[in-house]
Amino acid sequence: MVKDKLIIANKKFNSRLIVGTGKYKSMQECAKAIELSEADIVTVAVRRVNITDKKKPLLMDFINPKKITYLPNTAGCFNSVEALRTLRLAREIGGWKLVKLEVLGDKKNLFPEMIETLKSTEVLAKEGFEVMVYCNDDPLMAKRLESAGACAIMPLAAPIGSGLGILNKVNVKIIRNQTKLPLIIDAGLGQASDATIAMELGCDGVLVNTAIAKAKKPFNMALAFKNAVIAGRQSYTSGRIEKKLMGNPSSPKKGLI
Amino acid sequence: MKKIKKIKIRLNGKIKLIDENCKVQSLINNLNIPINKVAIELNKEILDKKKLNKIKLKKNDKMEIVHFIGGG
Repeated sequence: MVKDKLIIANKKFNSRLIVGTGKYKSMQECAKAIELSEADIVTVAVRRVNITDKKKPLLMDFINPKKITYLPNTAGCFNSVEALRTLRLAREIGGWKLVKLEVLGDKKNLFPEMIETLKSTEVLAKEGFEVMVYCNDDPLMAKRLESAGACAIMPLAAPIGSGLGILNKVNVKIIRNQTKLPLIIDAGLGQASDATIAMELGCDGVLVNTAIAKAKKPFNMALAFKNAVIAGRQSYTSGRIEKKLMGNPSSPKKGLI
Repeated sequence: MKKIKKIKIRLNGKIKLIDENCKVQSLINNLNIPINKVAIELNKEILDKKKLNKIKLKKNDKMEIVHFIGGG
């Protein structure tokens, strides 16, 4: 059987679940949850080193970047200039070219600022970055991002950290049907079944952080998401039955007593 | 012994006093920062980590040292 791998920018990954490393109680908890999720890619943020408290644990000491692909993000950036600066620094840390672009437009709803996102995508792609782009669930904008050189389209399910699940399945399906780029649902998932739905819509993967990190039992939720993504993918590739309005018996009528 | 003159720079948003003519490499060494886990920016320009020994810090320089932390 051919292994059903996730391919992003010509790199192959076994897992279709990408997990965030934020919001955990400790680095230990984060590392354990990632291990259980079996994710091959984790998102990370770029921030100032704590100069005064040098004993603070470093993420790289807990999650080995040689074993797991780090996907630097631009969380907290509200314009193209900030996002570009952040990702250029991220590349400098260790040669990372695969990045997650996320330019936010509103501090409350955290929706992406798509004009700035589009501009940044163009610049980054020209500079040789492989840009996975967090975006609205807007099929037209998804097309623009594709033309601008994005290597993956990552529409939100719902606002970041909201746990609302996929609010607009129709748009996700339309984006799926129009693009051959990897389509990854990023942000807004609340429970494992949301990931299954994303995969059944034909998405190539999902990106989850809060739903695992803030679950009452993060380790169990990491396992649940792992299984949910596998189940959703299997269900999608198995070809579901047609929906019908009326009943159709499962047991034969012949030989009925 | 001649007293070394101190200059002020801004490091990660905070004022820091360093020796005049201090090189970026010595500052990084003094701060005990694992160089392979960070990126360094001086006045908004990213520094080549191989050339830190050649760059002298000047008064009012703005330096940022960043690394990866948990994020979504």
